[in-house]
Amino acid sequence: MAVRDVSLQVRAGEFLSLLGPSGSGKTTLLMMIAGFEFPDGGRIDVGGRDITRLEPNLRDIGMVFQRYALFPHMTVSENVGFPLRMRRLPRAEIKRQVSEALAMVRLSGFENRRPDQLSGGQQQRVALARATVFHPPLILMDEPLGALDKKLRDQMQIEIKSLQRKLGATVIYVTHDQQEALAMSDRVAVMNHGVIEQLSTPRDLYNEPESIFVADFVGDTNLVPGKVVALENEIATLDAGSGLTVRGRVSHASAATLSVGQAATLSVRPEHVRLLDRGAVPDGALSMKREQEIYTGENVAIVGALANGAGFRVHQAVAAGTVTHGEEWLDVVWAPGDARVFAGGGTP
Amino acid sequence: MSAPSGPSGGRLSRGTTILLLSPVLALLGFSLFWPVANLVGRSFFDEGFTLEHYRFVYEQPLYWRVFGRTFWISVWCCVLALLIGYPVAYAMARTTGWRGVVVAACVLVPLWISILVRSYAWIFLLQRNGVVNDVLRDLGIIERPLRLLYTEGAVLLAMTHVLLPFMILPIYATLRGIPRDLEKAARNLGAGPFRAFWTVTLPLSLPGVSAGVLFVFILAIGFYITPALVGGPRTLMIGTLIAQQVTELLNWRVAGAVSMILLAITLVITIVFQRALSIEKISGNA
Repeated sequence: MAVRDVSLQVRAGEFLSLLGPSGSGKTTLLMMIAGFEFPDGGRIDVGGRDITRLEPNLRDIGMVFQRYALFPHMTVSENVGFPLRMRRLPRAEIKRQVSEALAMVRLSGFENRRPDQLSGGQQQRVALARATVFHPPLILMDEPLGALDKKLRDQMQIEIKSLQRKLGATVIYVTHDQQEALAMSDRVAVMNHGVIEQLSTPRDLYNEPESIFVADFVGDTNLVPGKVVALENEIATLDAGSGLTVRGRVSHASAATLSVGQAATLSVRPEHVRLLDRGAVPDGALSMKREQEIYTGENVAIVGALANGAGFRVHQAVAAGTVTHGEEWLDVVWAPGDARVFAGGGTP
Repeated sequence: MSAPSGPSGGRLSRGTTILLLSPVLALLGFSLFWPVANLVGRSFFDEGFTLEHYRFVYEQPLYWRVFGRTFWISVWCCVLALLIGYPVAYAMARTTGWRGVVVAACVLVPLWISILVRSYAWIFLLQRNGVVNDVLRDLGIIERPLRLLYTEGAVLLAMTHVLLPFMILPIYATLRGIPRDLEKAARNLGAGPFRAFWTVTLPLSLPGVSAGVLFVFILAIGFYITPALVGGPRTLMIGTLIAQQVTELLNWRVAGAVSMILLAITLVITIVFQRALSIEKISGNA
C-alpha cells in the first residue's frame, strides 16, 4: 500500500477524486495529506504553506472519515463544535457557527441528539458539518458514503456536491466507486499500484482513457487483444486470432509508439456495440456467441464470447427495443471511432 | 455499566437457561449461600435475636482501627493500581505485533502464579536480610537494615502488585473497543496529542476504569493471604481479623458480625461508585 512518485496539483475550489482499487495507495495519499502518515521524500503544500512534516492538528484540513468517527460521548452540537473549542473561540461564537453549520446540512433541531440516535445519513451529515464548520481551505473525504445503501448514497452525492459549491471548498475525495467519482468530480485521478495512471475530467476519463487499466477500471469495457496488421488515419486494424479482425482508433497515449506487427489491445464499451439484424452484415461485423442475458431495468446486457474465445458483452438500451430472438450466434458491429487501441497485450 | 445487548436470534428459552445454570447454582447454594447464611444467622441469633455481637465489635477500638486501616489501604491500592495500570493498559491496547505480546505477557503471567508465591516473593525482597536491604547497605545508603516487612507500606506495595492485572484488563478491554479513527478525528479537528486523549480517549475509557477500580477495591477490602503474610500481626486487616476469630478464638458469631459489616460496606461503596461513575453521567459531562 505504498505511494510512489505521485505529483498532484489540486486547484482551489476544485472537487478532485482519487479513484482506484483497494491497495492502490489512494488512502495512503489521503493520510499523508491529513498528517497521519509521512512521505519518505517530497513536499505537500496547501495554499503555498509546506505542511509535509506538520502535526495533523496544526494543518487546518477538514476530514470526513470512512465510518464518520463521530464522538459517541458528545451530542451533535458538541461534535460539530469540537474543532471550534479546540481553536478556543468564545462560547457565543461557537454556538452561532454550530447552528449555522447544522442548518447548512439540514440538521437544525438535532443539537442535543447523540450520534447513536441518528440514522446513517444523518450521522454522515453531522460528520460533514464537523469537517467544514471551521472553514478549512481543504476538505478530505475517505470513502464517506461506503456504509450507506444505494438510494441514500445517490442522495448524499448530490448533497455533498451542493455543500461544496456553497462553501466554495476544495475537496479531495477518495473512493473505489467509479460511478461516484464520475458523478461528483471536476477531475478524477485514477490510482493503481501507488501511481496516478490518469488525471482528467470525468468525460475524458471515460471517452479517452490513457491506459488499458483505466479503460477497464472506469466503466465497463470489452478488451480484445491482438496484433497490429494495419495502421492508417489513426485507425488500427488488429488480428485477434481465429480469423477475427477488429478496428479501432489509436489512443492518444499509444499514438507515438504503436507500429505494425506490435501486440495491442482494443477496448470497446458495451454500449457502443450494435447488434445487427439477420441478413444485413456490413463490413467489420463480428460473430458473438450468446451465453446469457442480464436484465437491469434500463439495459439488457448480452454476455458471451467472440469466436476467438475472448469474453464480450453488449448493452442494449431497453427503450430502444431488443433485437435478439434467441439465436445462439449474433452479429455485432461498432464504429472504429468508438473503440480505442492501446499498445501492449492482454488484460492488465 | 450497561450490559451489552446480545443478538436476539441467539436467545435461549427460559427452561434451557435454568438447565444450563443449575450446576453452578447448586454449587453456589451449597458452598456459598448456605455457609454465609449460617454465619450471618449466628451473628444475629444466640438463643433468640440479638445485636450483642455487633455491639461487641462496635465497642472495640481495635476493630475500628482495623476497619479504617483496611479502607485506606484499599483506597490507596486502587489509586496506585490505576496510576500504574492505566498507562500499561494504554500501551497494551496501542501496541501490535510482538511488542504487544510481550506487554500482554508481562501482565498475564503474574496472574498464572499463585498469590502465595507472589506474596512470599515480597517477603524475600523486603525482609531484614532481604534483597532491598542488602542492596541499600552495599550502596552505603543505610548502615543498619530498615524495617520494611510487616509495615503498611509493604502491605500496600504487595497488594497493589497482586491486584494490578484486575485494574489493567478491564481498562485494556475498553481501550481496545474505542475505534482508532476517533483519536485521529480529534487530532484532525485541532486537538494536540494530549487534548485528543483527554477529550476523547479518556472519557470513553471511563467505564473500564470504573470496572477496574471496583474490582480492585472489592478484592482489596476482603484480601487475606497477602496482608496476613506481608503485614504480619501489626498491620491487621479485616480478612486477617475474621480468620483469627474463626481459627484461633473459635468465635464464629463475632466473625459473622464482622463479615456482615464488611459485606454492607462493600455493597454501599459499590452502589455509590456505580452511581457516580455510570456511563450516562460520564457522557453527560463531556
